[in-house]
Amino acid sequence: MTAFTRTALVLGLAFLYAPILVLVVFSFNASSLVTVWGGFSTRWYGVLLDDAPLIAAAWVSLRVALMAALVATILGTLAALALERHGRFRGRGPFTALVYAPMVMPEVITGLSLLLLFVGIGLDRGLATIVIAHATFGTGFVAVVVGARLKGLDRSLEEAAADLGAGPARVFRTVTLPLLAPAVAAGFLLAFTLSLDDLVIASFVSGPGATTLPMRLYSQVRLGVNPEINAASTLLIALVSLVVLAASRLLGRPDAAA
Amino acid sequence: MTEARPKPAAARGPRLLAALVRLPPLLWLGAFFLVPFAITLKISLSEPATAMPPYLPVLDWQGGLEGWTSFLEALHFGNYEMLASDALYRDAALSSLLLALSATGLLACIGTPLAYAMARAPARLQPLLVALLVVPFWTSFLIRVYAWIAILKPEGLLNAALLRIGLIREPLELLNTQAAVMIGLVYAYLPFMVLPLYAVTSRIDPSLREAASDLGASPTRIFWTVTLPLSLPGLVAGMLLCFIPMVGEFIIPDLLGGSDTLMLGRVLWSEFFSNRDWPLASAVAILLLVILVGPVVLFREAETRRGEAAR
Repeated sequence: MTAFTRTALVLGLAFLYAPILVLVVFSFNASSLVTVWGGFSTRWYGVLLDDAPLIAAAWVSLRVALMAALVATILGTLAALALERHGRFRGRGPFTALVYAPMVMPEVITGLSLLLLFVGIGLDRGLATIVIAHATFGTGFVAVVVGARLKGLDRSLEEAAADLGAGPARVFRTVTLPLLAPAVAAGFLLAFTLSLDDLVIASFVSGPGATTLPMRLYSQVRLGVNPEINAASTLLIALVSLVVLAASRLLGRPDAAA
Repeated sequence: MTEARPKPAAARGPRLLAALVRLPPLLWLGAFFLVPFAITLKISLSEPATAMPPYLPVLDWQGGLEGWTSFLEALHFGNYEMLASDALYRDAALSSLLLALSATGLLACIGTPLAYAMARAPARLQPLLVALLVVPFWTSFLIRVYAWIAILKPEGLLNAALLRIGLIREPLELLNTQAAVMIGLVYAYLPFMVLPLYAVTSRIDPSLREAASDLGASPTRIFWTVTLPLSLPGLVAGMLLCFIPMVGEFIIPDLLGGSDTLMLGRVLWSEFFSNRDWPLASAVAILLLVILVGPVVLFREAETRRGEAAR
């Protein structure tokens, strides 16, 4: 490695990780001041476990994320198959745009417009509306991950199965899907963490009684820095790191996860 | 399955299957992504009202043609007139664009050397480096922005460190400034810039650089004439991937910016949640959408080109 490469990597990773490291370190701080070190302690994790509203919000988030990721995985996999396997069709351009646009759309727009839809059709706001919203923007991400894998798949395997007399459904079930499974699982995990993370869209489309973890954390963050949030954040970071590890194992090539 | 299937059915079968595969995502995204925009556009042409839903007029679906005409007559453009005339909204739009543009520029300057360094690192290290970049990308956005509050606030860690080494005598006012928003934007979006850039840079054939080097080009010249032009698709994709959501960013200006940091996402949020003015919030959303149509189209084209290049 040249000196330039090493310096760039060290500086870049330090910039990315220093704030996270600070957050984690101060979650073990005995003092209630977030910026003054008062000795090692796990008291904030105890406080966290007794925080009933926070735990309830975490459960809401988990349930929402599971359901939203499930729907997004099905829709995103179908979208990827439509784009990669059933290639040329009329309206392919607009279809691609429709799949990819929700990924870059500012969350305030997605959140507000979905809320207006739900109010317009008289759907009660709550868990279900958050699931719908999260599934909608998760679909594109799943489509990207699964699509990347589909691009790299050897088509001759599917053709061989078809030549041996398997119908399209059977080819899909016995050849395509097993080869695709790691990417589908990685897409699911990505949609899951994205849902777990979302504050803005959930704030718009949730109703009374459906407070997600980010919404709860945000209402506390607005009041200032607080060591209990550091503890909650540390647990979340640990969870996400495990998920990323699992996803990159699944894909073999971690850059496909992005 | 029988092998001797009549030909027309075989030709029709795959096409029918393709349509069936396409249909669920098409219907879902149509219903929950396209239709909501149409509704937002409609409500941006309404007047606020103290009712539920808090806007007028409400379209009477059962009213037939008469319902439609009375609805169309009642539409008003007051919200857009307000956006155009009130300096607050003009300033918010301008400062959103300016902040997003300068943060994107800064990200390109930081992201390019980082992606380049990753692509040049030993091959066995590269998966680890990518994973290290992906973890923050997947980690809660809110938490990563929150982490900066403890660093930037007056009695925060950065000020404490600067005071201790005697570089400053009094704490700097860092939190709740434009600079803090800028730091937050660059920090939160760095993985979005580096990942597509790395994906393209790492696929550049090393023999091209070697050829340039053999012909006597210096490393700097090789970077400007070989590496950078070839990684341009990744750079463009990364810049748009950062710029588009940044224009509508809410969390970063809300947590790190001062009351004077106006960004469209924040204005939309406060019109909706604090002022309960749904029609005006909708008009802001439409304005944001109009600003972003160009970049979104560019992004899709860049992605298509990048996809073709990767084949």
